[in-house]
Amino acid sequence: MSLDKFGIAKRIAQELKDGMYVNLGIGIPTLVANFIPENINVIFQSENGILGMGPYPTEAEVDADLINAGKETVTLIKGAALFDSAESFGMIRAGKIDLTVLGAMEVSEKGDIANWKIPGKMVKGMGGAMDLVASAKNIIVAMMHTNPKGESKLLAQCSLPLTGMACVKKIVTEIAVLEIGEDGFILLERAPGVTVEEIVQKTAGKLIVPDYVPEMQL
Amino acid sequence: MNKLFIDADAAIADICDEAILMVGGFGLNGIPENLIAALVRKGIKGLTCISNNAGVDDFGLGLLLQTRQIKKMMSSYVGENAEFERQLLNGELEVDLIPQGTLATRIEMAGMGIPAFFTPTGYGTEIAIGKEIREFNGKMHLMELALHADFSLVKAWKGDHLGNLVFRKTTRNFSTSMAKAGNITIAEVEELVEPGAIDPDEVDVAGVYVHRIFQGKNYEKRIERKTLRIQS
Repeated sequence: MSLDKFGIAKRIAQELKDGMYVNLGIGIPTLVANFIPENINVIFQSENGILGMGPYPTEAEVDADLINAGKETVTLIKGAALFDSAESFGMIRAGKIDLTVLGAMEVSEKGDIANWKIPGKMVKGMGGAMDLVASAKNIIVAMMHTNPKGESKLLAQCSLPLTGMACVKKIVTEIAVLEIGEDGFILLERAPGVTVEEIVQKTAGKLIVPDYVPEMQL
Repeated sequence: MNKLFIDADAAIADICDEAILMVGGFGLNGIPENLIAALVRKGIKGLTCISNNAGVDDFGLGLLLQTRQIKKMMSSYVGENAEFERQLLNGELEVDLIPQGTLATRIEMAGMGIPAFFTPTGYGTEIAIGKEIREFNGKMHLMELALHADFSLVKAWKGDHLGNLVFRKTTRNFSTSMAKAGNITIAEVEELVEPGAIDPDEVDVAGVYVHRIFQGKNYEKRIERKTLRIQS
């Protein structure tokens, strides 16, 4: 059975390690914060100027002066720090953020990512995505394996304008966990009950399938 | 030294058509509400606005879009505004989309007197077209230029008569860098205090960068996405 968005978030949360500084993008990546394994502490960064972002506020805690990069109201954890956008992207560029999780429209077998622009449609802008993918030490993409038309989003080459080149390390979809290897996508895990054949069929780029592909442990 | 102005209208009296403005804030967070309202009242046109976002339809820079006062936006993300989309698709508005970190640093560098810098952001994408590319430490970088403005309009939490500013929570965003980058920087503050009332250790933007300051009023502080924790 393929995963829902919560399942994808839960699987990505297994990648978190104690002490990591993590930036979560909008959408499925945001859900990762709900599944942090017990006994580990990670600190969330929001690129509008927070290190130590906490959960959404209660009604009484709402503060109009405190939002995240998705423009949502948030809280601060004890020990949080606040700074401006220039410093925030400085720490991103300088490689201080250990892990970035973001969504994508397409990923290539070389690790290129496209997630900001569809020619012919209104372009809203790249926000901080280009900066994050150009500099984060480790980038995990959370996305569906295929687009709404059923076409693979894991391609030999991206067809959409790129956000960044050769930057994605790992991809978690509703059916598989893959990493970017020297020669293409390497299939690491499959969702419970999903066959290798289905993943092969839905992956347009070069896919390397090891002899044994374990099921995700969720 | 007199930086004190009576209100927003007085503080922007010499901003003319075709001015290049930096407008602080991230979404609607920490925007200079009084200054934007004064620009609407003054009715000057052909403005270039450097601001991370373009407000929403009926608040923030959206108000200046409604009145067609903006000619060009320089932003990283403009997706929250239907009027913006309409004007853009009709060719009434020019937009320059800049990666958020590059935008922040271009502004910050102007305040630091650095004319250009190299960043890996956007290498291999259409953002790199026409830009000088150099390799440093085995990684490719683009040259980006510092970004200046005729006027920077920012909103701080507290400020004193000498222009020292203190910001609250995430309202620092682009505002602290913009305050340093403007040829003339105008700050509106929630609380205007006498020199000495702000602890020098707490100053976010030193007074040297701020040319005009006034006590803002009637802050709405609209929240774009009020998101609550579900309590069990």
